[in-house]
Amino acid sequence: MVVYLDNNATTCVDPAVLDAMLPYLRDFYGNPSSMHSFGGQVGAALENARAEVAALLGAEDTEIVFNSCGSEGNNTAIHAALAAQPEKRHIITTQVEHPAILSVCKHLEKKGYTVTYLSVDGTGQIDLMELEAAITGGTALVTMMMANNETGVVFPVEAAGAIAKSYGATFHVDAVQAVGKLPINLSNSTIDMLTLSGHKLHAPKGIGALYVRRGFRFRPFLLGGHQERGRRAGTQNVAGIVALGKAAAIARQHLPSVLQEAALRDTLETGLLQTIPDCEVNGGGSPRLPNTSNIGFKYIEGEAILYMLNREGICASSGSACTSGSLEPSHVLTSMGLPYTILHGSIRFSLSRFTTVAEVNHVLQVMPGIVRRLREMSPFNNDQADWLQGRDLVNQH
Amino acid sequence: MWDYSEKVLDLFYNPVNQGAIEPTDEADTATVFGEVGSIACGDALRLHLKIKPSTDTILDARFQTFGCTSAIASSSALTELVKGKTLDEALTVTNHEIADYLGGLPEAKMHCSVMGQEALEAAINNYRGIVTEHHEEDEGVLVCSCFGITEPRIRRVIRENSLTTVEQVTNYVKAGGGCGTCLANIEDILLEALAEQASAPTKVAADIAINAAAAAPAATSASATYPPATAANLTTVQKVLFIQQVLEEEIRPVLVADGGDVELHDVEGDRVLVRLKGACSSCSSSAETLKTAIEAQLKERVLPTLEVTAV
Repeated sequence: MVVYLDNNATTCVDPAVLDAMLPYLRDFYGNPSSMHSFGGQVGAALENARAEVAALLGAEDTEIVFNSCGSEGNNTAIHAALAAQPEKRHIITTQVEHPAILSVCKHLEKKGYTVTYLSVDGTGQIDLMELEAAITGGTALVTMMMANNETGVVFPVEAAGAIAKSYGATFHVDAVQAVGKLPINLSNSTIDMLTLSGHKLHAPKGIGALYVRRGFRFRPFLLGGHQERGRRAGTQNVAGIVALGKAAAIARQHLPSVLQEAALRDTLETGLLQTIPDCEVNGGGSPRLPNTSNIGFKYIEGEAILYMLNREGICASSGSACTSGSLEPSHVLTSMGLPYTILHGSIRFSLSRFTTVAEVNHVLQVMPGIVRRLREMSPFNNDQADWLQGRDLVNQH
Repeated sequence: MWDYSEKVLDLFYNPVNQGAIEPTDEADTATVFGEVGSIACGDALRLHLKIKPSTDTILDARFQTFGCTSAIASSSALTELVKGKTLDEALTVTNHEIADYLGGLPEAKMHCSVMGQEALEAAINNYRGIVTEHHEEDEGVLVCSCFGITEPRIRRVIRENSLTTVEQVTNYVKAGGGCGTCLANIEDILLEALAEQASAPTKVAADIAINAAAAAPAATSASATYPPATAANLTTVQKVLFIQQVLEEEIRPVLVADGGDVELHDVEGDRVLVRLKGACSSCSSSAETLKTAIEAQLKERVLPTLEVTAV
């Protein structure tokens, strides 16, 4: 039995999505830009998909630009915002963004831009007062995520967008984790651009989209052909786009029942908290995505927990340093100021609409034993007060 | 997932010697432990030893580890490696032996084996009442403030493991793996250390040549101990004896003075098999330089057709 609770990393392709896309790999291989009906029928499928994605976001069809992934969307949005107001050299983002935002910002700092990284509090939430204090007429872009990939914490994006607008800054939202999990309506919004990624909502990897508000002076990132109304060159990934369209349609149907997912997440969370001492929910004090639970298990290390879980067929992920190959624990949890006792032992469970009660019960069954076992091995157990202190190290007879 | 060996996973899921060793009243028995790491670093090991003072032997070893899969497996491997050894023998256990015991570790996880070796040193030092000798040796300018790694420690790990890239340094001692601001400093230290390593065997090789030049006229004039370089009609026994003599009198003194040594292993026709020892054996670039120097010397002094191979 594989219990897949790593849906914020990627999701399974919905069987209906796969069925929808397969003909475009097998039979309808035409190029939508071609001047013949064989290609033309592909173009129609593409526009249907665009309409579905737009409907999920409460946007207009022409505001959807298909691309390859969330990272491309984020890179493009930052590039476009800076190109729209080239005289402005200041960017505001948060400390807890995805690397596809943070790495670009670090790069731009070297190019002479100034970047403000808004802090988060212990619950993972930003403070809009800090945004107010940082923003000026020289701010080109405010970019932040709608929901955090590690903790699921949801930011007040519309309120932040209103502040951005009042200073004439472009407002971009990385909604990769939020689309399909939270209702989004861009018809009356402060958001100029919004990034989404197909594989986080049961479409395959390699397809994404960027919402670009009508009227926004967009400059393309990828130059070449006239595809996507000249906003993203490159022959479209037709099968991927059809899949994303279908995934968006299903996600829209499913949105009203997203609370059920939250109920299952809550079952998991409260179950773990009740049966395992010394653990807490990271970001628990903030509004969160309905599918995400990030729990810190004190005195043990995340990678070890993951390998124990893996042996039980359970897939989750960790903010621990050891899993990433870098040696620093998660920048998200570190920014929240969590103590080291929790930082290294934090596990993220992320559910989907395919998660079952039986799967959650399996985790509830094995997790207490895993934590107990690793704590038995740990020298800290439940206190580290005497670690490396001057004690009687030798006992001799 | 990491590419862990079967052995790593086996020792992680089924660790041996896990737990503490409680102080005991048994006669001729001491218990001690050593600690490295901290909860902030993300891994920490407390190594417990039960020692028989009359023979200085490790009777039992156990571990308590906070850390990842490979940290736990490395700790367990360490306890297996040191049990039954004398303290002096145990101190010769290197992090490489721990990694080898595990069937290898991913590069990024080598610091787990280093942690094991350091805990062992800490425990033995604690037993011997040597207060943080280890840290004194490594005391110096703090390079990596995220993980508290000093310059001498970085130099030591570069030397002991023949590291050649900054990435390896991070993998072995974590330095530079945090905020990354010290990466440029680590690179400078690394380049310096590599330059020193490269120049050391070159210097020794030069010394061999100088030594030989000084010895040559004396030897020939004295009693024709060495055959003329053109004499190809040596018996095998003569050839071996001459090679041995040149090694003993002209080459070994230079190497020994620099902490190395060489030993004649075998002679197969014109192939001279030598074994580099001590400081010479740890680093592949020095081995190559020395092999060339020894070969040049033997060609010059014994037979021009000789070839030296280090075994």
